[in-house]
Amino acid sequence: MNETPSRASGAAIDELYAEAHHWEVNTGGETIHAKRMPGKWRRIKWLAASVWLIFFLGPYMRWNGNQAVLFDIPNRKYHLFGITVLPQDFWMLSLLLLFFAILLAVATALVGRVYCGYFCFQTVWTDVFTWIEEKLEGSPPQRRKLDKAPMDARKIRIKLVKHSFWLLIGFLTGFSFVAWFYGAGPLWRDFFVGDANVAVYASVALFTMGTYLLAGWLREQVCFWLCPYARIQGVMLDKSTIVPTYDVERGEPRGRVKKGQVESTAVGDCVDCNQCVAVCPTGVDIRNGQQEGCITCGLCLDACDSVMEKVGRDPGLIRYASLDEIEGKPVKPMFLRARVWVYTGILALALAGIIYGLSSLAAIEVKVLHERAPLFVQLSDGSIQNKYTLKVLNKSEQDLSVRVSAESSVPIELLGAEEPLLTPSGEVTPMIVFVKIKRSDLSGETLPVTFHADTELSDGGQISAERESAFFGPSR
Amino acid sequence: MADHNPFPGENNTGHFWDDNIRELNNPPPKWWMIALWASLAWFVLYGILYPTFPVFPWQSQQDGGFTKGLLGWTSIKEYEQGVEQVEAVRAQYEEQIANMTPEQILEDPGLTQYTLASAKVLFGDYCAACHGSGGQGNPGYPVLADDDWLFGGSLAKITETVTIGRKGAMTAHETILSAAEVDQLAQFVVDLADGGEGSEADWKLFNEKGCTACHGQTGNGVLAELPDGTIITVGAANLTDSIWRFRPGGYESAKHTILYGVNQPGIEQTRDAVMPAFGDSAGSLEGKLEPDQIKKLAVYVHSLGGGQ
Repeated sequence: MNETPSRASGAAIDELYAEAHHWEVNTGGETIHAKRMPGKWRRIKWLAASVWLIFFLGPYMRWNGNQAVLFDIPNRKYHLFGITVLPQDFWMLSLLLLFFAILLAVATALVGRVYCGYFCFQTVWTDVFTWIEEKLEGSPPQRRKLDKAPMDARKIRIKLVKHSFWLLIGFLTGFSFVAWFYGAGPLWRDFFVGDANVAVYASVALFTMGTYLLAGWLREQVCFWLCPYARIQGVMLDKSTIVPTYDVERGEPRGRVKKGQVESTAVGDCVDCNQCVAVCPTGVDIRNGQQEGCITCGLCLDACDSVMEKVGRDPGLIRYASLDEIEGKPVKPMFLRARVWVYTGILALALAGIIYGLSSLAAIEVKVLHERAPLFVQLSDGSIQNKYTLKVLNKSEQDLSVRVSAESSVPIELLGAEEPLLTPSGEVTPMIVFVKIKRSDLSGETLPVTFHADTELSDGGQISAERESAFFGPSR
Repeated sequence: MADHNPFPGENNTGHFWDDNIRELNNPPPKWWMIALWASLAWFVLYGILYPTFPVFPWQSQQDGGFTKGLLGWTSIKEYEQGVEQVEAVRAQYEEQIANMTPEQILEDPGLTQYTLASAKVLFGDYCAACHGSGGQGNPGYPVLADDDWLFGGSLAKITETVTIGRKGAMTAHETILSAAEVDQLAQFVVDLADGGEGSEADWKLFNEKGCTACHGQTGNGVLAELPDGTIITVGAANLTDSIWRFRPGGYESAKHTILYGVNQPGIEQTRDAVMPAFGDSAGSLEGKLEPDQIKKLAVYVHSLGGGQ
């Protein structure tokens, strides 16, 4: 608006409006064929998407001769870089889920739906699928034309190749997913000769079809009408959240530039070329403000900047900015916002819990079950005996010989633990022991008893675990 | 109904009422119809493959008054296959147990685990009704989790007890002893149970009245101990410990037992104390348990807390 009047370059403007009528706001009735434009955010999008290569390549990572990360469901063992996590340690999973849920919340509060725009598998896979579509079928107008054209040999050939590629990517997705659980080596060995189990084939088939349907056919409809995150994230934004925003003050009123016309100060900077709608993968018009369909991918920023450059105006008519900033209100620094602190606090707690859990994973664990019927038995020498079932869990990779002992505040006799208990790797081994206490030593009906389990690893490391239980006696 | 369609190109069926009320042809979405036909196809296919239709009413259900289906699946068959799978896992243990003595089983931790788990079910079925789910006993039925045994707590003795059963016996002394003597003896056994020594007069009476014939010279229920450690007993209670055969124990209880005895025919108030025989040779009970089952139970009872 503040620009000095200048002459817009004629040819570029003609080109702009030639296709403007194509770009309509998505109402679900038509397939969105978004235009692809190079730019800064496009590059960042590819970079962010490339993180997903870990999903495909990760299963081939090795660690000490084994697959580095393997979720071995049949054996209920989860290997993470040399650490073995058993189902007993799964409280950490809830902390991990909490961590990621809050990470999503904190990211949303600060920079909006950045996850949706750059990392979400739906976005990334759809992006790759439409990239393939463009390579095979051409630009959006060509694609529309092809969709309307009658079936002929050429159309069948193109569509066949496209769908084959889509299915291939779907298959690779499923195959890579299963490799995290089945092991990449065994999967390559078993899968193609029919030796893998039904669950493997079913999972791969499900993922293949799921990927094909969701990224090939449903695309942005998932973001609009299937994904709960879209709705949840929408309410986590506030006026200081930085999202792609159309600068209304600067852009309105919109006015089409005409060839040879001297620019008037009466109209805003928006030239109403609809390029921002053209490139939008969900087909929304960002100029209507932040809305549920906007996945904040930043592609409209690239489009608008390139147009501004063509017509000789400043870039940034659509830019990453908070609503406060656009409205000219003072921008609150990040660390003054309460929700940033609350979210960060929860993040730190969850992370601390996971680190504590992983660092304190003991190789053995003892559980003590006190016999209930009878709670105690009186022996012929007058002493009281309690029966306990110890469950010793060996989480290490080697078979261990575990010595069990018990102590209490009064002298006790432990029976049944004279020989060390042999515990196979990864298994829970039960052991029945008896504790005898002289009746004269018993002061109340119950007495705490602590059981100790000690063992030695093959490398000489000492490991011990303990568990408190109770000793029951007759009432006086 | 109008012959002329005033709303052309509207996708109506050509049925009109009152000039402008008409029936439109709005078919359900394609995916919905596909799902409908797919579920119909599923139903037909299922009907062909699995038992479905009760179409032969003249036949009873047992004879198969229904379509069998091409796969020949029945829920009973599936159940039997499941049982077979479990049996296959058990078989490897059962084969070993069949050729082992209870002592050998106890030396193998893996087999002991299996035996205890397996015998727990047997114990629940055959023993727990009287002896309690954990061997804690019931009034009139001995505790199996303690180390006080009437007929011996070795694996061999426990096996024998389960196989042939036990029936204790004690004479009723109502007509044999005077009231004062009964009273003195009852006081005496309460004293012994509480850790007392008993007076000379008590021991004299105990001896004279023939109590030692069953309860032993020291009153501990042991008649003799052979050089190899075998204990000879007739199943009389150990009077020197604080465990009472007939609960709740104490003076009144002891007096009752002395007066009316145990398992005495014709005496109404006599104590009942019969352990049925569970073995093959037990004619009257038609051999409820196989020898291998008794073997497992012996290991189980021995491990309850007081095996000798």
